[in-house]
Amino acid sequence: MKKYTAYLAIGVFFGLVMYKSEAASWFRIYEMFRFDSFHMYGIIGSALILGVVGIQLIKRKNIKALGGRDMQLNQKQPSFPRYLVGGIFFGLGWALAGACPGPMYVLIGAGFPSILIVISGALIGTYVYGLLRARLPH
Amino acid sequence: MHWIYEPWPWYVAGPLIALVMFLLLFLGKQFGISANLRTKCAAFGAGKTSDFFDFDWKEERWNLMIVLGAIIGGFLGSTFMTNNGDNSVSISKNTVEELKSEYHFLSAGESYLPEELFAIESLNDFTTIAILLVGGFLVGFGARYAGGCTSGHAISGLSNLQLPSLIAVIGFFIGGLIMIHVFFPLIF
Repeated sequence: MKKYTAYLAIGVFFGLVMYKSEAASWFRIYEMFRFDSFHMYGIIGSALILGVVGIQLIKRKNIKALGGRDMQLNQKQPSFPRYLVGGIFFGLGWALAGACPGPMYVLIGAGFPSILIVISGALIGTYVYGLLRARLPH
Repeated sequence: MHWIYEPWPWYVAGPLIALVMFLLLFLGKQFGISANLRTKCAAFGAGKTSDFFDFDWKEERWNLMIVLGAIIGGFLGSTFMTNNGDNSVSISKNTVEELKSEYHFLSAGESYLPEELFAIESLNDFTTIAILLVGGFLVGFGARYAGGCTSGHAISGLSNLQLPSLIAVIGFFIGGLIMIHVFFPLIF
């Protein structure tokens, strides 16, 4: 139970950051794909710089997760079509709905019931992928 | 503490997102939000029709807690952390102009989301429902096909210098640019 509270707290914090940084705004995503503002690139870029440095530190100093377990820094399966084609599908949706999976939930809380249609679509899309997976190039 | 009511600048938000990733790593998890959609499909019984969902979803309950928290965070941020309820997003003037003149998104620069797409009244138009549904579908389908979304690839994967994540992020941008520069003029 204690663990779930920790994840809930991280979620609340994440939601606040997404909302207050406007990364959950359709307008910011549109503006990003028009290369018309540094805002989104700054968010992703600064998170990334700290992320790269931090993960290098974790690896070099062999820092463990809570309870002495290994950090989940798995190598992704090498492939090309899966990431490129899957990524293009995702990008088409990201620009159209103006929200990626995290912000979708943030927007429920922010009082936009219409986003539930987007989430329903995302669940259907996930399910359809599961059905078609064996037939798609990976 | 006044800054907390203003929109947070990128140099505050970016490091805080990195912090979220490190907190999850420390708890033995990987930052990747879209996995919750797969967990939900499994919880709804999709394992009966596809082995992709045939796993013990209860093991993955933590990612449902994250998104439940995100809902609460969105509520707190929009309700208690604004300047007199001002939720408008100050996007660049050029973008506002384009949205108004090309697509008649008159709420550009004045609201958090375009009312033309997300206001309840806009749902009277079937096209709007279709746009939201298709947009969501592409996000869900694409995230699983690519094995991750913005958090899983653009943050976690790239931070861990994964070439697959770089390919995926390039894909995200190809898709986004095609949508906005090719499809938007046809849709709106």
